[in-house]
Amino acid sequence: MPGEIGTVGELFMLKVLTVLSLALVMNAALAGAALAQQTQVRIAVALEPPTLDPTANAAEAVDIVVYQNVFEGLTRIDENGTVQPGLATEWTISEDGLTYTFTLAEGVTFHDGSAFDAEDVTFAFERIVAEDSLNAQKALYEPIESVTAVDPHTVEITLKRPTGTFLFDIGRPDAVIVAPESAENNARVPIGTGPFAFVQWDRGSRVILERNDVYWGERPALTRATYLFIGDTATLTNALLAGDVDGTNNMAAEVLDVFAADPRFKVLVGTTEGEVILATNNAREPFDNPKVRQAMAHAIDRHALIEGVTYGYSQPIGSHFAPHNPYYVDLTGTYPHDLDAAKALLAEAGLPDGFSATLKLPPVAYARMSGQILASQFAEVGIELELINVEWAQWLEDVFTNHDYDLSIVAHVEPFDIGIYADPDYYFGYDNPEFAALIETLNATTDDAERKDLAIEAQRILAEDAVNGYLFELAQTGVWDARLEGMWQNSPIEGVVLRDIRWVE
Amino acid sequence: MTFVLRRLLGFAATLFVAAAVIFFLLDLLPGDPARFILGINASAEAVANLRIQLGLEAPAWQRFFAWIGSMLIGDFGVSYTQGAPVAALIGERLWVSLPLALFAMVLSAAVGLPIGIAAARRRGSPIDTGLMVLAQLGVAIPNFWFGMLLTLVFAVGLRWLPTGGFTPWHEDPAAALRALMLPGIALALPQAAILARVMRTALVEVTGQDFIRTARAKGMTMSEAVWRHGVRNAFLPVLTILGLQFAYLVAGVIIVENVFYLPGLGRLIFTAISERDLILVRGITIVLVIGVTLTMLLTDLCYALVDPRLREGGS
Repeated sequence: MPGEIGTVGELFMLKVLTVLSLALVMNAALAGAALAQQTQVRIAVALEPPTLDPTANAAEAVDIVVYQNVFEGLTRIDENGTVQPGLATEWTISEDGLTYTFTLAEGVTFHDGSAFDAEDVTFAFERIVAEDSLNAQKALYEPIESVTAVDPHTVEITLKRPTGTFLFDIGRPDAVIVAPESAENNARVPIGTGPFAFVQWDRGSRVILERNDVYWGERPALTRATYLFIGDTATLTNALLAGDVDGTNNMAAEVLDVFAADPRFKVLVGTTEGEVILATNNAREPFDNPKVRQAMAHAIDRHALIEGVTYGYSQPIGSHFAPHNPYYVDLTGTYPHDLDAAKALLAEAGLPDGFSATLKLPPVAYARMSGQILASQFAEVGIELELINVEWAQWLEDVFTNHDYDLSIVAHVEPFDIGIYADPDYYFGYDNPEFAALIETLNATTDDAERKDLAIEAQRILAEDAVNGYLFELAQTGVWDARLEGMWQNSPIEGVVLRDIRWVE
Repeated sequence: MTFVLRRLLGFAATLFVAAAVIFFLLDLLPGDPARFILGINASAEAVANLRIQLGLEAPAWQRFFAWIGSMLIGDFGVSYTQGAPVAALIGERLWVSLPLALFAMVLSAAVGLPIGIAAARRRGSPIDTGLMVLAQLGVAIPNFWFGMLLTLVFAVGLRWLPTGGFTPWHEDPAAALRALMLPGIALALPQAAILARVMRTALVEVTGQDFIRTARAKGMTMSEAVWRHGVRNAFLPVLTILGLQFAYLVAGVIIVENVFYLPGLGRLIFTAISERDLILVRGITIVLVIGVTLTMLLTDLCYALVDPRLREGGS
């Protein structure tokens, strides 16, 4: 979630530095780069995971290292966000959509040598839904009624009600299968069934994974992967240029041009599940008036925002939905950028001179920069924003938990999370029974075409009600050694999946 | 030995007050560690479970004395977010930060003191002016910027040294040493510059004193007089600065470790604060306070060694 803070001064210096470094690289020649490792890779990621157990921590940094590498679930999510077989090689769903029967892969062992069977699956799910569970997504698995091991290679999961996203949800990092023998220690020594086994974690520095040579599935090309934790953009740029790392999953947009122009690198621009929104406290005046929210929507110039904040590397959104999703509908034209319309709506709402409000900004570059640009855009229609910088922990307490805010800017990174608007107690304070009923129907529907219609209807309601300001979808901007292949361009779920990565000459 | 005893008592009192300030100030910080760990999709119930597990529900004064009590027997608690013992987390980071700080300190003394002496010996000459301009520059350059410059030249350009990162000592001591070169130099530069200026001023002052004239009158050359009597007397203010420098180094380490992605104490405290890992923040801060006050104590005791007048309460 959190990224880097970039001030104007820092950016300027970054530019000077990158130009300087380019000149130096020319002199140093490409000689050093010739020492390519054929089967090892060093990947830089911004944040160090606090633990390595994805089933008891919400941090994206955990998933980036272990998801699909060390740990696997019954299903897995692929690069396009579709569900693929995982530890369950196939499954059947009963007529009423309540009973899922999974056939488990055979010959699977955990990295500590213990065998994988149906008992591990029941253990893992019982751990998620347990009373004292620390699973960050526990609510997603609440529909589970029971998990039964029919035989060592068959598991039956019964649901309380049909749940359209169930196969996706069990493919998330939060539902990976862990063994009763090792679950306790996964935070420090993760033991999974995946194609890569954990070797060591030098805290503050790196995590090393090695290929699991007895992996039950297709053997990956890489033999060793090192994740290095580098938070500073200038430092990361230098590390890439010096050849100290082979790639990174997400590079700050302001330095991408350096790498795009350098034949030693390739830049992969893709989408993520992160909708950047102007979160609006719908329970508070004057935002409880739809006209005010619509006026704000008219006052937002998304293209200026995208240019200013992400250097054009992002897609605009008109509702709370990721553009790469097959159910997506483009609603960016619902309230086009139109200052006169905005002023007229404000006048109708009884606020012809505008109003003032606070905008709480978490410590990520996209939020801080968007905040400044939005403040100037809103000023044009008389809305004065006071920008308040907060840390993540403070944001979680003030904004998310206590709803003590007017406006905030944040990316919601969970896949398919439009359902959060159905909860009137959520921090948006949006109370629309009609919408809540629609989401309930959507959750219980398993037919794809019907689900699509319902999802589109949901997007439309949010866009028309202008519940929040819908700004843009965060881009994933990876920078990799040009000779590496098989990296995910899009990020439909958090993770840097190693299985297809390989060196080509 | 009242001098030593007084200093020791002061040391203990400082630690207690610092511990109280650290504990209660951090307790006021907004942000719930449990919510941070579980994220925005976790239920209130899961967060409450974790708060109980982390022992966050007891009143502040109870937690304070429990914390102090367990620290006295060497138990610093268990990190909220990382689930590992705080003492172990700090211990493994000290293997990076301590050598780094020591290296920087030795380097700054090795570079700064000779420059200061050289400048003082040639007071008023172009060499003196040149060296002091350089020192002024050294004081003004922020060490993170100097670190980046070093990286560009020696890591990205010449590829002599890594851009950052750290190989543990037991794996490859040579690589570990190489990893500390650039950050050490970046840290040492401003300190060396300060030392050079202080050394020069102190020496210049001392050489005007009567005892130098007496030494000269006894037939010593100027160099002999300065070496045998001047430097030792000029060393008092330099010692003070060296002691103070440890505190500056600690602050510098936080920034430089982030520039060179070194797994040291500075980076640890940086992440611990943003993750509201309060028990870890407290542990690190108290270790730093102990480090700084201990250096002050040692500096005070060193005064007594260098200057016999201080040994017996000024008598």
